[in-house]
Formats: sequence, structure tokens, C-alpha cells
Amino acid sequence: MKRPLRVVVAKIGLDGHDRGAKVIAAGFRDAGFEVIYTGIRQTPKKVAAIANQEDADVIAVSILSGAHNKLCGKLMELLKEQQADDIVCLVGGIIPNRDIEYLKSIGYAGVFTPGSELGDIVNFVKEKTKDRNQEYSL
Amino acid sequence: MGLIDDMLNGSQRALSRLITLSENDEEARQEIIKRIFHSIGNAHIVGITGPPGVGKSTTVDAVVTELRGRGKRVGVIAVDPSSPFSQGAVLGDRIRMQGNDENENLFIRSLASRGKLGGLSKVTNDVVKLLDAFGMDVIIIETVGTGQSEYEIAKMAHTTVIVLSPGYGDGIQAIKAGILETGDIFIVNKADMNGAAHAVKDIVGTVEFNFAVNEWTPPVIPVIAKKQEGIEIFVNELENHYNYLKESNLMEKKSKDRIEQEIEEHITSWIETNVLNYISHSGQKQKIIEQIYQKMDDPISLIHSHIKEMINGNFVK
Ligand SMILES: Nc1nc2c(ncn2[C@@H]2O[C@H](COP(=O)(O)OP(=O)(O)OP(=O)(O)O)[C@@H](O)[C@H]2O)c(=O)[nH]1
Ligand SMILES: [Mg+2]
Repeated sequence: MKRPLRVVVAKIGLDGHDRGAKVIAAGFRDAGFEVIYTGIRQTPKKVAAIANQEDADVIAVSILSGAHNKLCGKLMELLKEQQADDIVCLVGGIIPNRDIEYLKSIGYAGVFTPGSELGDIVNFVKEKTKDRNQEYSL
Repeated sequence: MGLIDDMLNGSQRALSRLITLSENDEEARQEIIKRIFHSIGNAHIVGITGPPGVGKSTTVDAVVTELRGRGKRVGVIAVDPSSPFSQGAVLGDRIRMQGNDENENLFIRSLASRGKLGGLSKVTNDVVKLLDAFGMDVIIIETVGTGQSEYEIAKMAHTTVIVLSPGYGDGIQAIKAGILETGDIFIVNKADMNGAAHAVKDIVGTVEFNFAVNEWTPPVIPVIAKKQEGIEIFVNELENHYNYLKESNLMEKKSKDRIEQEIEEHITSWIETNVLNYISHSGQKQKIIEQIYQKMDDPISLIHSHIKEMINGNFVK
């Protein structure tokens, strides 16, 4: 089954800057993804629910507020709860090295800091989702 | 237990997976439709369309709030166009649909129209069926008005709502050009802005002109979706229209129109897929292109003779 992959691009937290998130969204679109853009000021709970209803293959979270460990942790917890932690999760933002390790350890496939190339992010996601054709029984 | 049973037992995750499968996997799609077909037919299907940016998503959000208050279970399908270049899409309607928590009584799904001819109904029909089988009382389809999508949505929905806003000068022109006949209810959103009363008056005038002989005269309702104003009246009218359809014989006619449209779509898509596959795989396509290029035959006669040949030879499995 060849199909367009679906990415939820979400801004979690209270900051209102979403230029970065929009650039990412447009990048995925141009690479042939279906991007569900949620807008600013989302909660982890909302993002988990949206990912569930949109059958997301990928969640790209953008956080600039500094509260990434807490918010990303909460989101991953909720995804596990709804058995959706097979979704490929990414975080983008100003994230110090020690937190990058932490985020990866709790299940984030990729962490991207300012200056990351859009093309690299897209290729990374393509690679990670290569085998995402889960079996199913109707 | 499989996805279909899980969905019928209330799993949103199963519903969500089934939508993806029905969109992308023809074999799965056939099996899904076959198995849910007998559990559908209970939802009120509402189409909401109108020019870009008039506030359709904001209105949907406000309507969901009102319907949830009335104890209804609601499904929303938000359709946006795909890029003709990359086939990708940014689906942004959810940005303005944040007023209600997603829970077992509210399911919102964004869809890309994938640029196909008649793309809207092709991608939407199965999702409507799935949401119906899931037990939603009302299913709302939001799509951007393009002049063509209005007709497509009017064939799919029980109630078609056209949203306009003041200052949308072309809106009125579009209406006069024929979109008017498809609207069962008209909304003038952004009634907090200048020119709203004028727009309402203008539309009422045109509506009366067109619907003078009908039993149902489309109401024209000023609304401030952002502030939930006018929404209660709007939802009352949605219910009135649904009751009107049920009490007249129009419900049956609408249902049969929808079935007719579906039949045509299935036939077209089946023929398209199979004929194109046949021509491409048998290596004939290049030959045909060459023949036409060399002016050995005109395209219409050549294609017709090929199609006839295929049909006579029972070209499909
Ligand atoms: N003044 C005013 N603005 C509104 C109202 N409702 C919506 N808007 C604004 O209109 C803009 C577009 O709203 P949407 O709901 O996204 O419009 P839409 O028709 O769904 O847009 P597309 O899906 O992109 O075609 C947003 O900035 C809204 O905040 C209203 O009642 N009054
Ligand atoms: Mg919208």
C-alpha cells in the first residue's frame, strides 16, 4: 500500500511563535506529506488526541518555551497509554545537549535544533517511516 | 477481533485506521464498505462550503459546541486541496476547531482532496459511511467552495450550508452564477463587521427570487462564529431542514441521488483504473502516442477502437 504519510505538526506550550513550525509544515508538504497543522498553544493531551484521530505516522513538535522535557514527556506518556507510541516523534527547538539525550531516551526518534536543514529532517523522517505499513486485520 | 468490530465497539483508533485504509487500499476499502453497509443511514449529513477565509472552520467549531450541548455525537470531515505539484498538503482547518475536546463524542478528520476529478466525493464518501457506522448523529463536511465542489457536496449532504461574509463582493456574484440553487441554508458570518446587514439583504433578495415556488425557503442567518452568536438559530434551522426532508419525500430522492452519484463514481474509477492499467502494462501506450504523433490516426477513433477491443476481449481479471 503506497500512500502519502501523515504528519501532525504541533506547537506545544505558551509561546506564540510559529514561523519555524510553518516552515517545517511547508517542507513536509513539498516532500509529498499530508500535514495536519494544529496551530499554536497546544497541550500534550490535545496533540495526542489529534494524532489519534488523524492516524498520524509522524508527530513533529515544536517547543521554544524551554519546558520541553516536561511537555514532551507528558506527550509520550499519553501516546503510550493509547498504544500509539509507534508514531515517529520529533522535537524541534532550542534544546541543550543533555536534554537531547533525555528526549531520545524516552522515545523521540529525532531532536532538531535551530540551523537543522529542512531537507535533512525530511530525509530522516522518510528513513524512519520506511517500514510503516503495519499489518492489519479487518 | 479485527478493526471493524473494534470500531463498531467504539474504538476511535480503529476508526482512524479504517479511514486511512479505505483511502489508500482498494481491497480493504471494498471489505470495509461491505461489512459496515448495514449499520449506516442514521446520521444527518451536513455540508458546509463557501469561499476561502469566510470562517467555515470557526463556524463548524461553534456548531459542534452547540450540538454537543444538545447531547449529539458529532463527526467532522475537513477537506483541503492537495498541491498539484508535490501531492502533499497542509491541512489547517483544525487551527480554528479548538473549542471542543476530542473525546468519544467528537471525531475530527482532515482529508486532502488529492486533486482528482470529483475528488471531493471520492475521498469523503467512505469517511462519511465510517463515521455513520461509528454512531455519529451529525456528520459535518467542510470544504472550500470552488464553484464545482458546491455541487458535489450538495449531492452528498442532506443539508448544504453556504457560508459568506460581508465584504466578500464576489460571493454574491458566485451565488448569482448558480451556486445559489445548492444552498439549503445561508450563513453570513463575521456579522460584527461592516456591511453584514447589506449582505444579508442582498442574499435574501436573491434567494426569494430563486426559491419562490419551493416549500423550503433557505434561511439567511447572520452569525458571529467567533462569539458563538447566531449559532443556536443556525442549529435549529439545521434540524428544521432535516425534519422537512424526512416529512416530505425529498429524503428518499436525496438518498437515491446520492446512490446514483456513487454508482457513476465507482464505474468511472473502475474503468479508469483498469483501462489505464491495461494500456500501460500491455506496452500499448507508447505505440498509441506514436501513432497519434505521426498523425496515422486521430486520438478519439484510436482510443475508442482500443477500448472496444479490450471490452470484447474481457480484458480484466
Ligand atoms: N470578525 C470576525 N472574524 C471571524 C469570525 N469568524 C471567523 N473569523 C476569522 O476569519 C478568519 C478565517 O477563519 P476560518 O474559520 O479559518 O475560515 P475558513 O473559511 O475555514 O478558511 P479556509 O478553510 O482557509 O477557507 C480567521 O482569522 C478567523 O478568526 C467572526 O465571526 N468575526
Ligand atoms: Mg477552514
